[in-house]
Amino acid sequence: MKILVPVKRVLDYNVKARVKADGSGIDLANVKMSMNPFDEIALEEAIRLKEKGNAEEIIAVSIGVQQNQETLRTALAMGADRAILVVATDDVHNDIEPLTVANILAAIALKEGPSLVLCGKQAIDNDFNATAQMLSAKLKWSQATFASEIDVREDMVRVTREVDGGLQTIDAKIPAVVSVDLRLNEPRYASLPNIMKAKRKPLEEISPADLGVEITQRLKVIKTKEPDSREAGLILENIDQLVEKIQENVGG
Amino acid sequence: MKILVLAEISNGELAEDQTSKTVSAAAALGQVDVLCASNNCSDASTKIAKMEHVENVYVLEDELFAQGLAESYSETLLDTINSYSHVFAPSSSFGKNVLPRIGGMLDVMVISDVSKVISEDTFERPVYAGNAIQTVQSVDKVKLISVRTSNYSAVPSTGSANIKKIDCKGNNPLTTFIENKMQTSDRPELTSAKVVVSGGRGVGSKENFEIIEGLADKLGAAVGASRAAVDSGFAPNDWQVGQTGKVVAPDLYVAVGISGAIQHLAGMKDSKVIVAINKDEEAPIFQVADFGLVDDLFKAVPEIEKKV
Repeated sequence: MKILVPVKRVLDYNVKARVKADGSGIDLANVKMSMNPFDEIALEEAIRLKEKGNAEEIIAVSIGVQQNQETLRTALAMGADRAILVVATDDVHNDIEPLTVANILAAIALKEGPSLVLCGKQAIDNDFNATAQMLSAKLKWSQATFASEIDVREDMVRVTREVDGGLQTIDAKIPAVVSVDLRLNEPRYASLPNIMKAKRKPLEEISPADLGVEITQRLKVIKTKEPDSREAGLILENIDQLVEKIQENVGG
Repeated sequence: MKILVLAEISNGELAEDQTSKTVSAAAALGQVDVLCASNNCSDASTKIAKMEHVENVYVLEDELFAQGLAESYSETLLDTINSYSHVFAPSSSFGKNVLPRIGGMLDVMVISDVSKVISEDTFERPVYAGNAIQTVQSVDKVKLISVRTSNYSAVPSTGSANIKKIDCKGNNPLTTFIENKMQTSDRPELTSAKVVVSGGRGVGSKENFEIIEGLADKLGAAVGASRAAVDSGFAPNDWQVGQTGKVVAPDLYVAVGISGAIQHLAGMKDSKVIVAINKDEEAPIFQVADFGLVDDLFKAVPEIEKKV
């Protein structure tokens, strides 16, 4: 079977997001960008499924600016077989909404016919946590979100989900869209020989129009501001003072 | 304007705090209807009917809704949901699972993690792990909103809404529920607890986490953990506080052995009072703490537990 893995290029998780002075968004000029960490986990899982003999081909897809091909090269170096870049904008500050991303991915899924789409549960920039759910709705496929364990069987995939209060296990009919959570696995680093090999793997470049998808924006961003900041407080001298402060604020 | 709230119910049990706070957020726009869908709704619907600002409680009793599977909701309830201009749900694992799927079906965007309702089409929501707050305006015909419940207080139980049964003839051929493994605990629920004691990587091991749990139990608190502690296997994911875990805003938050990574701060910086214990005086957690103690947690925490 084929597995499709969408990977988003986002501000590196170690870099602090800075709000632009004019309130128009986050400054993404000349900052380190990386693959969304949750997408890395999804890709790692796809590679492990292939290594176990559950999958034959892994296709990585990225949607955004031309530079997303760096992210796709990383995906190819980790172990994806080929990549599709959908150039949807020429401005890195123009975030493509999950609904449009779902439309684009649905069109690709119908063309490529994967049995499984493995997504990160959320992108660490817009924090929507929506693409996988919207995609499965568009395709009318089964949906399993926040996976911490994935077991591919004959015609379904058994997924253990991280839900409030504990874990829920469900069987999702194949084809399925699965979004992955933090504890599913620890992604590998690409080795140097694999990075070299990745340069020769196929990377196809298309536009949303090629897929018949129109880019829409349903949520207009009016303003981006810094959150209210907290003032640093008092450093106490001893445990007794701390005990006093705790007692003052418990059950208050 | 017609407003619907999806109540969060698992196997007949209402997540009362989450649902009430979601009603509170929605009530900024007017009176609301609540959809109560589960296998057994008698207890839940009675509780919801008492929530202030609720006009009608629509009860949909069917085994199909026992486990909150997304397909059961999105495929079955589309017509009902489509007759509203606004649909609110808590931004819990339930709301985040169900609401965007409904969005995909209706071809509308979901507005996730809303921290403030400004007007009928304009909302505030945190992005970049809470490092920025965005004001967004929706042009969709139906607004699908998941609510960051820690920003709201529960509504008073002084209402008396109508309870109406509705029928459902749906099915879910796509996913099958197998089992739940829930953490059973006598402690208060993390997102609604008045006091939270959290441990970080500094705690060092799963066994050492008992120190955190001991203090929490003495204070009647919920136990939280940083992502680093969860990643290291010291604590279950269910305890995780932060961008990728739960968002909490208790009266008192005690951070023990937590350095204060951005992603953790995103989940707790709206707490009323923050107390931090860390042996590294440079730890960023002290930048947001109201009271800090620079000390070895293994010495300090047991002593605090004895003295409080």
